[in-house]
Amino acid sequence: MYKYDQYDQAIVDARVAEFSDQVRRRLAGDITEDQFKPLRLMNGLYLQLHAYMLRVAIPYGTLDSKQMRMLAHIARTYDRDYGHFTTRQNIQYNWIKLEDAPAILADLAKVEMHAIQTSGNCIRNISSDQYAGAAADEVADPRPWAELLRQWSTFHPEFSYLPRKFKIAVIASDEDRAAMKLHDIGIQLVKRDGKLGAAFYVGGGMGRTPMVAPLIKDFVPIEDYLSYSEACLRVYNRYGRRDNIYKARIKILIHELGADEYARQVEEEFAHVKTLGIDPPAAELERIAAFFAPPAFEVGLADTVDRNDPDFAVWLDQNVKAHKQPGYAIVNISLKPVGGIPGDASSAQIDVMADLAEKYSFDELRVTHAQNIVLPHVAKRDLYAVWQALNEADLAAPNLDLISDIIACPGLDYCSLANARSIPVAQKIAQRFADLDRQRTLGELKLKISGCINACGHHHAGHIGILGVDRKGTENYQLLLGGSGAEDTSLGKITGPGFDEDGIVDAVERVTDKYLALREGEERFLDTYRRVGFDPFKEAIYG
Amino acid sequence: MAELRFRNDEALEQPAVTLDSFLTQSNATAVRLESDEDARALIPHLDRLALVEIAFPKFRDGRGYSSARILREAGYTGELRAQGDVLVDQIVYLRRCGFDSFAPDAPLNPAVVAESLARFEHVYQGAADGAAPVWKRRHG
Repeated sequence: MYKYDQYDQAIVDARVAEFSDQVRRRLAGDITEDQFKPLRLMNGLYLQLHAYMLRVAIPYGTLDSKQMRMLAHIARTYDRDYGHFTTRQNIQYNWIKLEDAPAILADLAKVEMHAIQTSGNCIRNISSDQYAGAAADEVADPRPWAELLRQWSTFHPEFSYLPRKFKIAVIASDEDRAAMKLHDIGIQLVKRDGKLGAAFYVGGGMGRTPMVAPLIKDFVPIEDYLSYSEACLRVYNRYGRRDNIYKARIKILIHELGADEYARQVEEEFAHVKTLGIDPPAAELERIAAFFAPPAFEVGLADTVDRNDPDFAVWLDQNVKAHKQPGYAIVNISLKPVGGIPGDASSAQIDVMADLAEKYSFDELRVTHAQNIVLPHVAKRDLYAVWQALNEADLAAPNLDLISDIIACPGLDYCSLANARSIPVAQKIAQRFADLDRQRTLGELKLKISGCINACGHHHAGHIGILGVDRKGTENYQLLLGGSGAEDTSLGKITGPGFDEDGIVDAVERVTDKYLALREGEERFLDTYRRVGFDPFKEAIYG
Repeated sequence: MAELRFRNDEALEQPAVTLDSFLTQSNATAVRLESDEDARALIPHLDRLALVEIAFPKFRDGRGYSSARILREAGYTGELRAQGDVLVDQIVYLRRCGFDSFAPDAPLNPAVVAESLARFEHVYQGAADGAAPVWKRRHG
C-alpha cells in the first residue's frame, strides 16, 4: 500500500485548510452558490435531493484497515450509519451537512485520505483492477502506475477546468476487470520485447452516447507515460466541445475528429510535451512501486479447503477466486444481499471488513467497480473463519457475478439528476431470483441498472441492462441486452418499448427463461445472446 | 487594466488588439486571445509582444490554461493577463500556468488572493511557474 510522505501529507492538509476556508466564505455569504459549486464539486461535495452527498476518493480502490475504519467512523458520526460504495471504487455518504464537511476532510487526512477531484470537470479518481497484486495474469502490478497518475493529476493546473469530467483506468492483464475501454482513457500495461509499456485506449464512456474506446497507441514506452497522458489531455482541453454539456466528453471529440486524427494531434503535442521534463525519473517509480511489493506470503501452505459445511462450500465456489500465490485465495465480499441496496454497507459491517483485512489479508482491502469489497490475500486455511465472520455480519451473500450481484446507481431515491428509481428495481429483481440454485443455474449474468441516461449504473455494459426514464411523468424502464464491460467490451442494445417497475422484472425473467431454453453447453447468457442474436429474445419479451 | 500584477516592469498602455488585427498589423505589441483562438498562431511573433491578454468568458472555460502554458513553453516572457470571469480560487492554477496579471470582471479580495497563493507549498507536477514537482524534491 502506498504511504504518504511529508509532501503528500502537506498537500492534503493544505487542501483541508483551503476547503475549510471556502466553506467558511460560503456560509458567511462571501461567495454565491454558483461560485461555490465548482469548489465543492472538486472536493466531492454534491447538493442532492435531500442533503449534501460527499464522495471520498479511494485511489484505485485500495485501502487498509485503518482507512476502512475511518470510513465507518464517518458514517457513524456524520451520516446515518452507512456508506455507499460506488462504481468508481469510491465511497459516498448521502446525508452530510455542509458545516461538517471540513471536519470530515480533516478526519480523512489523518488516515491519508481525501475527497480531492471526486467530482467536477477534472481528472477523477484513477480506477484499477481489484485483483491487482493477486491475479496471476498481470504483467505488472498496475497500482504504482495508477498512483503516479494520481499524483500527476492532483491539482493539475492546466486540467482542472476541462470541458467535462475525465476518468482514467489502469489495468495490467488481458482479462479486464475494470471496464477499461469504457473510460475516457483506458490504459493497459503491456510488455514488448521484455520492456514495459502502455497501450492507450482513448474516448470510451457510457452516458447518453456510449462508446468503446478505440486504441490510440499500442505501445507508449513507460518512460513516456506521463508526457503521453499530458498530450492526450491537452488536445482534449483545447479542442473538446464546450458548447453543449452533452457533447463535451472526450469520446465526442474523438468521434468527430476520428481516432486517427486525434492520435496524430496527440503525437504532435507529445513531441513537444516530451521536451518539458514532465516524466519523473525511474527512481520515483521505484519508490512508489516499493510500497506495492508483494506481502510476506507464507510458503508451503496447503491448497486444500475443508468443504464439509455446505453453505460455506457454496460461497467458496462463487465468491473466492484463484490467487497467484499457492495456498492463498482472493475473497470477494458481496454487498448485494437479496433485498439490500447494492453497494451499501453499515458502519458495523465496514468495521467487520476492516478487522478481517487486518487479521487475514495483510491489512488490505479493495473496492470493486461492481460495488463489492475484496480481501485480496487470504490464506486458504483461514477461509472458513473469514466466511463465518462474514456470515455473522450478513456479508456472505454467495452471489458474485450472478443475476442478483446488481450494479445500481442511487437513482431517484437520492440523486437530483435521476428520472427513475434504481434501488427498488434492483431489490425486486434480486427477490424474484432469490433462489440461489436458480441463480447458479443461470450462471454469470451481469445486470446493471441506471436511473437516468447518464449511466452511472453502467446499464450499457450489462449483459442485461436497465435504464430508467421519465415517460410523461411516470417511471419507465427500458431493457438492454448484450453489453459487456469486460475484455470483450460491447454495448447493450435496447429491446423496444419500456416497462413499469413490475413489468421490467417480468421482462428480465422472460429473457432468462429464453436463455435457458436456447443455451448450448456451458454458454453464459452473453455467449448465447451473441450466438443467436437479438431477435429470439425480443420475441420472448414482446410476444 | 490589470487589477493584480505580479511583474516589476511598467504596465503597457497600448490596448490589446484582436488576434486577426495583430497578425495583419505589424506594429502592435499587445494582443487579446479569445478562448477558442490558437495560441500557437502567436509563436512566430513572440519577440515583438509585450502583452497577451487571454479571455475567460466563463470560469468553467479552461482553454486559457493551455494557451498560457503553450506561450510560456515557447519562451514568451512578456505580460500574460487573464481577463474575464477570473475567480480567486483559480488564481493558483492560473499562476502555475504562467499568468502574471489579472483583470477579473469582479474585484478580488487581495487578502484572500495572498492566502490562496501561499497555501500550497508543494506541487505534484511541473508547469509554467518553475515550481519543482515533489518527485524532484524527493530525488534531488
